[in-house]
Amino acid sequence: MTEGKASPDTEPASARSMAWGPRLGWDRGALARRVTALPRPVKWALIGLVVVLLYALPLLEIPIVSTPDTDFGGVLFTVASYVLVALGLNIVLGYAGLLDLGYVGFYAIGAYTVAVLGSLQAQLSWWLLIPLAVVLTTISGILLGAPTLRVRGDYLAIVTLGFGEIIRLTALNTEWLGAAKGITGVPRPPSVELFEVPHLKWEGATAVVDLDDTTRFLFFGVADQTPYYWLTLTVIFLVLGADRMLRLSRIGRGWEATREDEDAAELMGVPTFKFKLLAFACGAFIGGLSGALFASRQGFINPESFLLLLSILFVAAVVVGGAGNRWGVILGAVVVAYLPERFRGFEEWRLLVFGLALLLLANFRPQGLIPPRRAKRAQAVDEQLEALEEGTARA
Amino acid sequence: MPSTSVSEQPVTRNGAALLSLDDVSIQFGGLKALDGVSFDVREGEILGLIGPNGAGKTTCFNVMTGVYQPTSGEVRFAGEPLGRRKRFAITRLGIARTFQNIRLFGNMTALENVLVGADAHHRTNVIDALVRSPRHRREEREGEETAREVMKFLGLERRADELARNLSYGEQRRLEIARAMATKPRLLCLDEPAAGFNPAEKAQLMDLIRRIRDVRGLTVLLIEHDMGLVMGVSDRVAVLEFGRKIAEGAPVDVRNDPAVIAAYLGTEADDAGEFDQEGDL
Amino acid sequence: MSFLIDNFVELTVTGLVLGAVYGLVALGYTLVYGVLQLINFAHSEVWMFGSFAAVWVTVALGVAPGSALPVVIGVLLLALLAAMTVSGGVALLLERVAYRRLIRLDAPKLVALISAIGASFALAEIMGLRDRVAGWFGLRDTLDPYVRSARDNTRFQNPLETEGVFTVGGYTVSNVDIIIIVSAILMMVALDQFIRRTRTGRGIRAVAQDSEAAALMGVNRNRIIRATFLVGGIMAGAAALLYLMRFGVTRWNAGFLLGVKAFTAAVLGGIGNVRGALLGGFILGLAENYGSALIGSEWRDVVAFLLLVVILLFRPTGLLGESLGRARA
Repeated sequence: MTEGKASPDTEPASARSMAWGPRLGWDRGALARRVTALPRPVKWALIGLVVVLLYALPLLEIPIVSTPDTDFGGVLFTVASYVLVALGLNIVLGYAGLLDLGYVGFYAIGAYTVAVLGSLQAQLSWWLLIPLAVVLTTISGILLGAPTLRVRGDYLAIVTLGFGEIIRLTALNTEWLGAAKGITGVPRPPSVELFEVPHLKWEGATAVVDLDDTTRFLFFGVADQTPYYWLTLTVIFLVLGADRMLRLSRIGRGWEATREDEDAAELMGVPTFKFKLLAFACGAFIGGLSGALFASRQGFINPESFLLLLSILFVAAVVVGGAGNRWGVILGAVVVAYLPERFRGFEEWRLLVFGLALLLLANFRPQGLIPPRRAKRAQAVDEQLEALEEGTARA
Repeated sequence: MPSTSVSEQPVTRNGAALLSLDDVSIQFGGLKALDGVSFDVREGEILGLIGPNGAGKTTCFNVMTGVYQPTSGEVRFAGEPLGRRKRFAITRLGIARTFQNIRLFGNMTALENVLVGADAHHRTNVIDALVRSPRHRREEREGEETAREVMKFLGLERRADELARNLSYGEQRRLEIARAMATKPRLLCLDEPAAGFNPAEKAQLMDLIRRIRDVRGLTVLLIEHDMGLVMGVSDRVAVLEFGRKIAEGAPVDVRNDPAVIAAYLGTEADDAGEFDQEGDL
Repeated sequence: MSFLIDNFVELTVTGLVLGAVYGLVALGYTLVYGVLQLINFAHSEVWMFGSFAAVWVTVALGVAPGSALPVVIGVLLLALLAAMTVSGGVALLLERVAYRRLIRLDAPKLVALISAIGASFALAEIMGLRDRVAGWFGLRDTLDPYVRSARDNTRFQNPLETEGVFTVGGYTVSNVDIIIIVSAILMMVALDQFIRRTRTGRGIRAVAQDSEAAALMGVNRNRIIRATFLVGGIMAGAAALLYLMRFGVTRWNAGFLLGVKAFTAAVLGGIGNVRGALLGGFILGLAENYGSALIGSEWRDVVAFLLLVVILLFRPTGLLGESLGRARA
């Protein structure tokens, strides 16, 4: 509660926008320029270092970052799942500007495909289940999108919300889908046990390799969830690459134009309906994939795992970070998923804080924590205009 | 693909009909917005479309660009009926337009705005983009060349990386034209491009419209309230009133047409202030 | 099928009762949408707060069922007043906190929707954490009857005993059924008159029709917006008490489902259309009841959601058409 309440007072609107940058070292323009200016080998080395660090994160057991109460590998997996989901939703919400309040439905379809066809009704191999889950989710995204995307913006939010609930209630009421008791024994990814990787142990400021605490490399078991994190992280990198490629193409521009002014985009030759459907399909693809990963880590799912609340949290992740900016969205997902895990004691306050945070963000920072690169400059102009308007209004 | 060759030769002004409206009517509820309107836009000409407010000029544009379906009648482009083509398909066919109230993609850069126009003829799909196929790379290169070239033509090359919403009003108007031209149209429809311009800017615009026709070889259809501009730049003028065409012909003839004078005097009685704005007839 | 036929009267009456509540809550959505073209996602919490206000009044007065009629009526009226006041207040708070700044900045609709979603969560959570919040002020024990088991169902002790009035087709229609349906219709008529005849009502219509023109004509848009939220809140407060009289329980998160259904009712009747709201409510209530009789009560919510989706897809302007501005004057 205190965090939520304090932010408007301690960070007045004008000071905040300036304070954010230096404090986080986040003058992105300058940072980006500096990185681009680096010689190629250095740049690649830097990126490589970050990647290695991310993979090594669960092994490092860094004191403050690590979660004391729960398995850190598991927490990282949760965070990574949120990041993946947020990247998917970002295509729908951030790029194409379609507010999907039923995104959890895709997550559920992915998870249920793996669970139902891997355990309850058939025993297909995991290698078959994942592509099947993704294909089924993508198809359902298209089936859902084809009629609904003609509906206007805010109605779309409600229709998708309705669909998300219909999917959950259908699972809840259908014996064939496991009904309320859910599905157990969801297949895990096949393990390829190669070697064991030790974790670090911290004694004060020095790190010691702890040979008693090891992760079996690529053993997808129950207790140690680090391998699932590695798997998801790999998927995230692939998705990030794809996201970048799409963004820099005619498709990304088409999405953005559609978001900005649908009629004008259509009249400039953008087949907006097709593009919106494509955004929906891409979003569903990623949502289904993360749902499938979630189910195969969890080993057990029931309709309770797919409450509407989760949709709202996903939207929160995207909006908090800055819809339309993939780094912002990643930050948002990390904030939404990691903080409650780190501060378990505050868990019951988490939704209240989210609610207040959404409210404050929408009102004072509608572009998100890290707005899309260009929105920033525009915002500055807007703020000036607003200040001027207020001045004249008072006069 | 329509011709985009940059020819220095003035194009013949008496070409065949590029776009024809044939007895087009359109009805919204009880209101007839267009009532049996017929006229041709000939290849290579500048046709001015004028009329008092609410006469149906923008509705005409909307029928030509597929925003509305005519209740009866037919629109043909290069001899082919538009039929029930989607709006984006009509753009690909070769009709591009600007908007009465500027409708740029505000949060995209000027260059990106124009690129969206250039993308109208591109075929890159998801797979192409993901694997950076040769087609994707070729289209990206071509698109950017087209966009930069068009922006240069309109004097916007230095503003390429600026957000569209941060451009000045005049630049935004020109950017709209650039975006439309990047779709490589044969017919360019300008909806009140001089709205809010001062006389100097209007003079520049007249020059620009002529160059679009003479240098780029586009046919231009112009809706404009400013009579001086329309009469000065158009080869022919068509006049609408209450959804009907009341006159068509050379500017001199239209100017002296009693029906046209009556139409404009009629508006004067209703709304004298507006007549001033529109300038002399 | 036979279940539907055998219990047709009961299903119809309870459907209308439910529909009356939906309709009154739907007014909040319809009015705000008519004036601002925004989905007031947090309106469900306005209703929820009203329901708690009604419960607390009865707890505070502690009237046992079967008291003398004047006492019963007095308590119910007090509960109604409290519910309306609290709901109206929460609605105004919502306008102030979640909307005013965004309206002034003319922010995109999605931003306003997200703001409302945030407000909705915060309000529901505050109610769900009310024991803790009371604890901060050291009032945990003093307020115990009001805040205990904050996350569980809260019962409403209806001072009015349910009595059968007449029997039709094997179902005894109770006094509560009649009160609910009649009051909902009366309130709707009163609101309709308010919108048509009063100055504020005319202002609401004017802003709904053309906000800028209304401003030029000297209508104070901000005042009208506040009035709209207030009226919607008051109606939701009334709906809260009526709901409790029949269904007897509320909960910190009960607003969400009811809110979605009320929104469905608003869309069904044509969002922005005041009369359509009640009609939409009745149709939704009946459809839910008949639907669950046909395919099983566990599908009740699916019926409602499907109806919402189908309506939005095929007749997004609703049954009576949209527009508050064109409310026949």
